[in-house]
Parts: sequence; structure tokens; C-alpha cells
Amino acid sequence: MTATALPSQRTETAARSRRGALGKVKKLFFPVAPAYLLMVIPAIILFTFFIIYPTIQGMFWSLTNYVGYGTWHFVGLANYQAAFSDPTIRDSYGFTLLFAVVACIVTNVTALALALALNAKIKWRTGLRTVFFMPMVISGLVISYVFTFILSTSVPIIASAIHFAPLETSILANQHTAWLGIVLVASWVAIPGAIIIFLAGLVSIPTEVYEAASIDGASAWKQFQRMTFPLLFPFFVINTILTFKSFLNVYDVVVGLTNGGPGTATTSVAMEIFSGFFNGDYAYQMANAVIFFAITMFFAVFQLGVMRRRGGVL
Amino acid sequence: MATEVRTPAVAAPRIESRRKPRPVPEGGRINWGLTIIVAICSLTIIIPLYFAIAMALKSPAQTGTGTGFNFPWPIHWGNFRAAWDLTDTPLAFAMSTLVTVIAVVGEILISSLAAWAIVRNWGHWQFRVTFFYLLAALFIPFPVVALPQVKLMAAIGLDNPFGVGILHIMFQLAFNVLLFSAFIRSIPVELEESARMDGCTTWQTYRKIVLPLLTPIAATVGIFAFLQSWNDFMMPQLITANPKWQTLPVIQYLFQDQFTTNFNVAFASYLMALLPTLVVFLIAQRWVVSGIMRGSIK
Repeated sequence: MTATALPSQRTETAARSRRGALGKVKKLFFPVAPAYLLMVIPAIILFTFFIIYPTIQGMFWSLTNYVGYGTWHFVGLANYQAAFSDPTIRDSYGFTLLFAVVACIVTNVTALALALALNAKIKWRTGLRTVFFMPMVISGLVISYVFTFILSTSVPIIASAIHFAPLETSILANQHTAWLGIVLVASWVAIPGAIIIFLAGLVSIPTEVYEAASIDGASAWKQFQRMTFPLLFPFFVINTILTFKSFLNVYDVVVGLTNGGPGTATTSVAMEIFSGFFNGDYAYQMANAVIFFAITMFFAVFQLGVMRRRGGVL
Repeated sequence: MATEVRTPAVAAPRIESRRKPRPVPEGGRINWGLTIIVAICSLTIIIPLYFAIAMALKSPAQTGTGTGFNFPWPIHWGNFRAAWDLTDTPLAFAMSTLVTVIAVVGEILISSLAAWAIVRNWGHWQFRVTFFYLLAALFIPFPVVALPQVKLMAAIGLDNPFGVGILHIMFQLAFNVLLFSAFIRSIPVELEESARMDGCTTWQTYRKIVLPLLTPIAATVGIFAFLQSWNDFMMPQLITANPKWQTLPVIQYLFQDQFTTNFNVAFASYLMALLPTLVVFLIAQRWVVSGIMRGSIK
């Protein structure tokens, strides 16, 4: 009995002492059941490889004169200096920011008005809601092609028939008005999503609040100003964040409507960055991408700050 | 629709019980003035869609030099046939479907597994770090990483629809993990504990207990994934090297030059690219709308 017990005891102590060293490592990296690790570790590896690795790589190349192939050497911050004084890049930021701000305002104001209307006591409410939600599921690029034809062929014909001079030529062909066409179509696509979020907010406001206000004799406008809008504010913030972020990355709608033209009047930052695949601008546009990343981060942090201070939903 | 557009129970369980169909200050009278205004506004959506359909059903002679708004009569179905053959539509459909299926299945499985493991092991700092590490992607839009990423995908042989599907999963990972983990926190852990007591392994617990409970939020993630993948133009255009393997929106872009000679065929092609999501939406709009509402509130 003792003869058999001893060796097994010995192997157990050996195993325990080995675990002492390994155990700490194991506890640090694998503190739980292996099944949980198998759920998380592949996600971490894939995420690191496909997202984080190229991000860091891009930051690295932005400090070099790499053209996408061949030899390269470090150039320090030269790409950044050049980017800041490059009128093409500056114009692309000018257009993108102007577009994003205007489209964001247009989208949110229109969506709020439509959400209030679609939430009121109107006839055919279900059907009308369905109509207003439809653009949400449509490809931005394809609907841009439809609008290109309407704006550059149909509208000028109608305008000249009724002698309305400003629209007799295509607004997309004029470098001062082309961006308005992009605002129009980008908002057209984005408004339904914003309406849904506002509707989600409106139905969460308890009815009693309005009953009390009506008894106190508050007018419809006062009710909106003093109750609906403050209670909807968190949803307003979410909408602003979501739409502004997607408008900053505008690409499909611009490609479909103007392809950056006339000239470079409507070239967005995303299009400008993608031009790095040509002309040996690889490292240079990578610096532009890093600047763009910093600007995106700035807005995200700023908006999150506003949201937290106002007792937002996130 | 009033009863269909719901605030999700997980987000606002208290409000849910108090909510009535909708506050109507005037006590139920239909506001006809507003109805007319809204109906007129809805023309901004109906007219472009009518325009696309009308153009697709006309012959070039019928379009002539007109505005394109005239009614298509007699109906000219030939444009669809021409567009179908010209752009090799079946292949493009297959590619769009492939990318979308990879994205939908991958996003639901990978993010729900990761979110569940993270939430149930929140006590370990390693899992908390993982959570915030994955959230970093919320702030990384595709244009920022596009240049190195395109080279990377080409280098490992993923410059094809498979690669596009994988990237869709990766770029949505942060948002989806956020959605799933918020939902999982509301599921009582006792259910899983009793399953384990009955001898379920961790994987069995996930498959038999957790995944069925996650159905509502998985539907939300799936709808988002479907719409985004099917309509995406930027990523497939840049990642997929072979033009033959392009998805529907990119095909529209590639054939733009050839379309300029015959706008009616072009519109037939646009319509074929638009219809799948529109039909899915009209059939499943209740879930699409409630799904997007649930996503927005989180």
C-alpha cells in the first residue's frame, strides 16, 4: 500500500512545484476556463491583425517616404508639414467639414419635424411611416446615380420650361452649388434612420406629462419647447454623433453624384486619402489619414463629453 | 405602426408598462392638415423611386428628350434583360450574397461569444482590458486604415469577397460587442448556473441557453449587418482586386461608362440592385424598425 502511495505522492508534489512557476503565468494570462478563452482570444487576434496592425503600420509609414513598393527612409514629420500647407488637402477638409455640418443640421432638423408629425394623430400613419423609412435600406451609391439623372437632366428641363433661371443648368455642374446636391442626397439617405431614433425617444415620453401640461394651459409650441425637446435631447445627441460621424467619411454619395468635381470642388477627405494608391503619394496620404483620425477622435471625444454631461443614454 | 414601433424592454422596462399608444392632446381627432403636409412631404421619397421605375420600363425613344417623369406606356420589359446580360447580374448577386452571409453570421457569432465571455468574467481584469481594447475600433473609420489594409489583404490573398466579409465583421466588432454585452448583463446568470448543475459544458451552455436568449439582439445585429454589407461600396471597391468578383453596388460603378449610351438599361440595373433590400424591408419592416430602435438606444 505504502509502496504504491509514495510514488504517486511524489509525482503530485513535483507537479505542484512545477505549477508554482507556471501557475503564476497561467493565472495571469489564462485565469478562467479554457472555453471562455477560446471565445475571446480568436476575436482579439483577428481584431489585432485586421484593424490595429494596419493602423499602427499606417502611422509608421506616415513618417517615411514610402511609395508603396521599393526602398524607403525616414523623413520625420515632413509629410505632415507638406499636408498642412497643401491646398488640395486643405480644400478637401473644407468641403468635408462644411458638408458634414450642414448635412448634419439638415438631417436632424428635418428628421425631428417628420418624427413629430409621424407621431401625431394623422391618417394613414402606418403607411406614411413605411414610405419615410424606405430610403434607409437603399444603397447610397445607386440612389446617387438616380439623383444625378434627375438633377442634371430632368430638373433643368422643368426649370427652363417655367423660366426659373437658377436651376436651368445642373447644380452638380457648378462648382459653387455642387455640394448642395450632395447635402440633398446624403440627407435623403440618412433622414429615415434619424426619424426612427427620434420616434424611439418620443414613445418613451409618458403621456401623463402632456396631460398635465394641457391642464395647465400650455400651448403646443410651449409643450414642445419646455417638454418634448428637453426630454428628446439625449436622442438628439445620439443622432448628431451617428450622422456626423458617417458624414465625415462621406464617399459613396460623392462618387455617385460628382466624383469629386467639378474640378476638385467636392473631393471629400476619404477620396483624397484613397488617391494615395496612385502618384506615389502612399506615405503622404497616410499622414493625411493620421490627421483625419485625430480630427475624428476629437469630435468623438467632444460629443461623448457633451453626452455625458447632459446625462445621456450611453 | 404605433404599437409596432416599440422601445425595447431591455432599455426601458419601466416606461414600457406605462406607455399608451401615443399622447394625442386633442383627444383622438385626426389632424387632417398635418396629414396633408406629411403626405406632400412623402412625395420627396415617392417621386425619385417612381422616376427610377418609370425610367427602367421605357424604351430610349419613349424617354426621348423629356424629363423622364412621363408614365411608361407601353411597358418595355427588355431593359431588365439587357441589364442582366450586360453586367453579369447573377454573379454580382452571388458575390453580394456571399459577403452579406459571411458578415451576418460572423458578426452574430464572434461578437456574441466574445461579449458573453467578457460579461461573465468581468471580475478578471484581463477581460475588462479586452473589452476596452475592442471598443477602440469605434473610433477607427475605414478611410483611416484603408491604405495599409488594402496592401495587407492583398499580401495574404484575401483581396476577394471573403476578405471584404471578414473586414465587415471586424469593423463592426466594437459596436456589436457593446450591444451584446449590454443585453447579456440583463440576462439572469442563474439560468446558466442551473444548466451547469445539470452537467452542461461551457459550450453547451452557450448553445442551448445563452444563444436562444440572445435572439432579439442577434436579430438587431443581423439586420444592421445585412443592410451595411449589402449596400457597402467603399470596402469591396478597394479590397476586391478582380472586377469579376465585385458586389452589386460596385458593378453599378464599373458599368457607369457603358450605361451613358442607354439610360433605360442603366435604370433597370439600378432597380435590380435596389429591389432586394427594399423587398426585404417591406416584408420585415417591423423587425427592421424595432431592431434599429434597439440599436440606437443602447
